[in-house]
Amino acid sequence: MSLLDLFRKSKPPTVAAQAKERLQIVLAHERSGRDSPDFLPALQQELLAVIKKYVNIDDDKVAVKLERESGCSMLEVNVELPGPAKRGTAATIN
Amino acid sequence: MAKIITMTSGKGGVGKTTSSAAFGTGLALRGFKTCIIDFDVGLRNLDLIMGCERRVVFDFINVINGEARLSQALIKDKRVENLYILPTSQTRDKDALTQEGVGKILDELKKEFDYILCDSPAGIEKGALMALYWADHAIIVTNPEVSSVRDSDRILGVIQAKSRRAEQGLEPVKEHLLVTRYDPDRVEKGEMLKVEDVLEILAIPLLGIIPESPAVLKASNVGMPVVLDDKSNAGLAYADAVGRFLGETIEHRFIKPEKKGFLDRLLRRTA
Repeated sequence: MSLLDLFRKSKPPTVAAQAKERLQIVLAHERSGRDSPDFLPALQQELLAVIKKYVNIDDDKVAVKLERESGCSMLEVNVELPGPAKRGTAATIN
Repeated sequence: MAKIITMTSGKGGVGKTTSSAAFGTGLALRGFKTCIIDFDVGLRNLDLIMGCERRVVFDFINVINGEARLSQALIKDKRVENLYILPTSQTRDKDALTQEGVGKILDELKKEFDYILCDSPAGIEKGALMALYWADHAIIVTNPEVSSVRDSDRILGVIQAKSRRAEQGLEPVKEHLLVTRYDPDRVEKGEMLKVEDVLEILAIPLLGIIPESPAVLKASNVGMPVVLDDKSNAGLAYADAVGRFLGETIEHRFIKPEKKGFLDRLLRRTA
């Protein structure tokens, strides 16, 4: 490092540095996925069963999604409930 | 007590067979009775790299199936005392390997040998799983390159979950990192991952760094394990790695660019 370097613009990261960063990010995700078993399908089934006890919904109205970002994981559960009119018909069936 | 070492990587083409041949030969040169087994059923190549392709009569699969005795399938190396090769079948596929079958042969080999080196096929399927199941040590061959590092990480996960030691809750498989095809000039220019970076990411002990070297191709052309070429950097680096495996403290070499003379620089000659 010479005195001249102080006046130069900071260099962009080398391609090797970019490779390292990309690897660290992708492996952090893959490692966290590896440790937790793939429980999402079972979770979805059980949620559906519980909700069905109270509301008559179709099997495809529950969506479970897991998103991982740096530092946190977010479990997103979407349940689509039938509208008021439909609920009326459902009630008569019961 | 005999030890089982598995040479593995996840990714193909990173130098598993080259490293198995060199490392196994290195162990035999140190006086240990060593057997190298080719686990790449259907894509046999260890025999070519070891230069014994014309001496293959029976193979590993024949022995598993009881069609030949172990002593009939083992090929004794003509150059190095204490070194044997167990070639695999070129016509069968990976389904010919069974956990019990492999375990039985390894148990038999353990009675006679100090080290049994399993040359794993690429991938994380049956062949690779069979090669790593019985391992006491795993040498992870990695190129300083993103896909190889990622696959190495993956295979480490497989070893930690699916090896016999993991399944039975024994002391875990000892992991060692062998970085191959390392080019100090390109590392210096920031074009290639540094060995420190690979180590930081994979976080397992470093066994050796094998420099990119024309000697590797030359040795494979003639069926000679490169460790026997004691004039080549790659050969010497493999011999060092064997020493470290045996517990010696040996400094890593060939990891800095070679100093170039004035004329070299003037003509921009590359190594």
